Amino acid sequence: MEFIELMLSLAQSTLRFTPILIFAAMAGVFSERAGIVDIGLEGKLLIGAFVSATVAHYAGFGLAGLFAAMGACIVFGWLHGLATITFRGDHVISGLAINFLAVGLTKTIGHALFAKGGDTPNLGGPGSTGWERLQGLIPKQFWLDLAPGLSENPLLLNILSIHGWLIILAFITVIGTWWVLIQTRFGLRLRFVGEEPQAIDTAGASVTAYRYAAVTIAGALCGIGGAYLSTSNIASFTPGMSADMGYLALAAVIFGKWRPFQAMLGCLLFGFLFAVKDRLDGASEGILTQIPSQFFEALPYILVVVVLAGFVGTARAPKAVGRPYVKERE
Amino acid sequence: MTNFAIELNGISKSFGPVQANKDIDLAVETGTIHGIVGENGAGKSTLMSILYGFYVPDEGSINVFGEPLEFNSSQKAIEAGIGMVHQHFMLGEPFSVLENIILGAEGSFLLGGAMSKARETLLQLSERYGLSVDPDAIVGTLPVGVQQRVEILKALYRGAKVLILDEPTGVLTPQEADALFDILRSLKEQGTTILLITHKLHEIMNVTDSVSVIRRGEMVGHRKTEQTSPEELAELMVGRKVLLEVDKAPAQPKDVALSVQGLNYTDERGIQRLSNVNFDVRAGEILGVAGVSGNGQAFLLEVLSGMHAPSSGRITVNGAPLAKTPDLVRHQSIGHVPEDRQHMGLVTAFPAWESGILGFQASALYCNQGAMKTGLIKEAMGDLMEKFDVRPPNPLLATAKFSGGNQQKIVLAREIDKAPDVLLVGQPTRGVDIGAIEFIHRQIIAMRDAGTAILLVSVELEEVLSLSDRVVAMFDGFCSPDRVTAETDERSLGLLMAGEFERTTSEGMAA
Repeated sequence: MEFIELMLSLAQSTLRFTPILIFAAMAGVFSERAGIVDIGLEGKLLIGAFVSATVAHYAGFGLAGLFAAMGACIVFGWLHGLATITFRGDHVISGLAINFLAVGLTKTIGHALFAKGGDTPNLGGPGSTGWERLQGLIPKQFWLDLAPGLSENPLLLNILSIHGWLIILAFITVIGTWWVLIQTRFGLRLRFVGEEPQAIDTAGASVTAYRYAAVTIAGALCGIGGAYLSTSNIASFTPGMSADMGYLALAAVIFGKWRPFQAMLGCLLFGFLFAVKDRLDGASEGILTQIPSQFFEALPYILVVVVLAGFVGTARAPKAVGRPYVKERE
Repeated sequence: MTNFAIELNGISKSFGPVQANKDIDLAVETGTIHGIVGENGAGKSTLMSILYGFYVPDEGSINVFGEPLEFNSSQKAIEAGIGMVHQHFMLGEPFSVLENIILGAEGSFLLGGAMSKARETLLQLSERYGLSVDPDAIVGTLPVGVQQRVEILKALYRGAKVLILDEPTGVLTPQEADALFDILRSLKEQGTTILLITHKLHEIMNVTDSVSVIRRGEMVGHRKTEQTSPEELAELMVGRKVLLEVDKAPAQPKDVALSVQGLNYTDERGIQRLSNVNFDVRAGEILGVAGVSGNGQAFLLEVLSGMHAPSSGRITVNGAPLAKTPDLVRHQSIGHVPEDRQHMGLVTAFPAWESGILGFQASALYCNQGAMKTGLIKEAMGDLMEKFDVRPPNPLLATAKFSGGNQQKIVLAREIDKAPDVLLVGQPTRGVDIGAIEFIHRQIIAMRDAGTAILLVSVELEEVLSLSDRVVAMFDGFCSPDRVTAETDERSLGLLMAGEFERTTSEGMAA
């Protein structure tokens, strides 16, 4: 019985972590399949989280935060695009710059706005309307105001307010990513851009346009991931809260050999490692208390390295990834 | 309505200070095979890229079937009925044949319907032109000749009525090239116009109806193929008389200088690159190694020059075992002209005088207790460059500033000047213009006559046949038995290149 309970709680906690990874990983799949190295996933998650929590606080409306986060991350995606596609800069350096910028900007602006050391105010505190956070697509309070009798039927109420809809959206995004990449003309061309950009050029389409489309989609997805982090999973932004999830998502992309479903499996695996970490870290009895908590903190990252070391040998990146496209003469 | 498929009028194009095309006129009759010949860098590819909408010309106009063509759009060129088969295939290797073919002509946003429609069209095309390809095969797993067919089908699928082929036979065996020419003839019979760009004169003579010659960006002549000869075309290409045949006396082979017995090499990824390679090279003779690029020739040169240790086998130089490092191998009097001069033979950012002593920088000739004798080296290199006709003979100029042919002469000068007992030469004339080819060939023959044992690796069949005294072919890491060059021809050598010889592993098992 205890075992089943443990497993259930681990599964639940895995599900809590994974959407962040999945949104970022799908962003990574789009970028990398189009030939853009996206180290900046991490920074975009952080920016998305900050913008979402901030805008949700001012607007009193979680969805506004979500869309603002998507917009902000798309802008940073374009910044990366400007550096790498238009000016043919180094993808890793541009991505790192975005990550540094994200850490500094969020903390500085957050402190200037709220004077809480970079934290944003708690969403959905006392007097909440229920619209501030992204927990239910339509908050419980809305239905209760509409039909007070619903309070006697919590099941129906829960279904109507679709608790945790962003988690569901994450898995839909995986299916959507696969569908777009494999089943549509856009996806076929995107995959060619990352593999053999000259073929796209000679087919009469624009490599640049497809690469910008890829960073735009990646930005939007990072925005959703960030919003989930600060506005759905937790009710406020704290500096550095993305906790290297962006890098892990990139690792999941490589683990999944740049394929959406396999990358999702990678996300679930890494999410599970985090859930286990939380569980072990909180242990209050037995031999586990003898082990310093730093070890558990580090454990998922160590295991990620081990998992990748076992798989990276067989992984083959898109051929043109990280290479600027230049029309050659002769 | 004219009967010209393509008309170019006064096309000019510069890249910075380089004039790639200058006032070019060209008219191609509908339903013919038209050849365009010129040396490497003469501007053939640029011209075709303009026609295909890849570049915008500075001046001039183009008509396709009498209609003016808009520049700067491959899409417009495709719509006008122009299809191009590039020298480097524009194919995504991990994608299926079908995916490659529909790219850019998918027809609808969803691929499902487009794919099944394309599959049908593709089967019809395959049947009509005798181009059989499995639509679901992954392109990267197909042989090069079949990949090229995919490129042709790709163009036909887009409704191409004019097909441009840019150096199509560079990567093919003679048999594959013949198959390609059959396809081209059958396309012509069905009314397709074909533009064949090449620097191989025998292909022009073999397959075209008419031919245009381009030299240094200018059109220098149009001929009916039946009214011209390879000699005339070569003269037009170079601008002076050229000896196509290499003039050489019979070899005077002496003792075995380089002996390779049962050589195997497995690379760090565990792939067997060389399998039971056996041959001897005698002092005073040239052994040619023919083969399509990528059949182990590169690894053979790298093992023989000491860059990789063989997995098994015996290599001896003048009776002594081959040394273990490139530096020690040099001390055994082995010279090496690497296949890839830009990456292995020279440091292109260095001035010529530094590139010209690479590998010998520690020799007492150039170095005194660790200090370079710079003045002496520059002077010696200046003399050497004069002697080897390097243009310009300026040792201070960065290596990258020299043309391909002159860079190759720098490498050759460096190696030949040391008068090695054994000379390994890889692709001596790759990317080198005809004038320089002649010079380089004469140098190699002179080395032979001076008593050097020469191993010549080249993917240019004509070069192997005209220079070497004996010849072997490599296929998939195996090396064929040797033939006396004078008693063999392109045909039978082609069979060896395609692997038509008995391949045995070192254990004596047939592979």
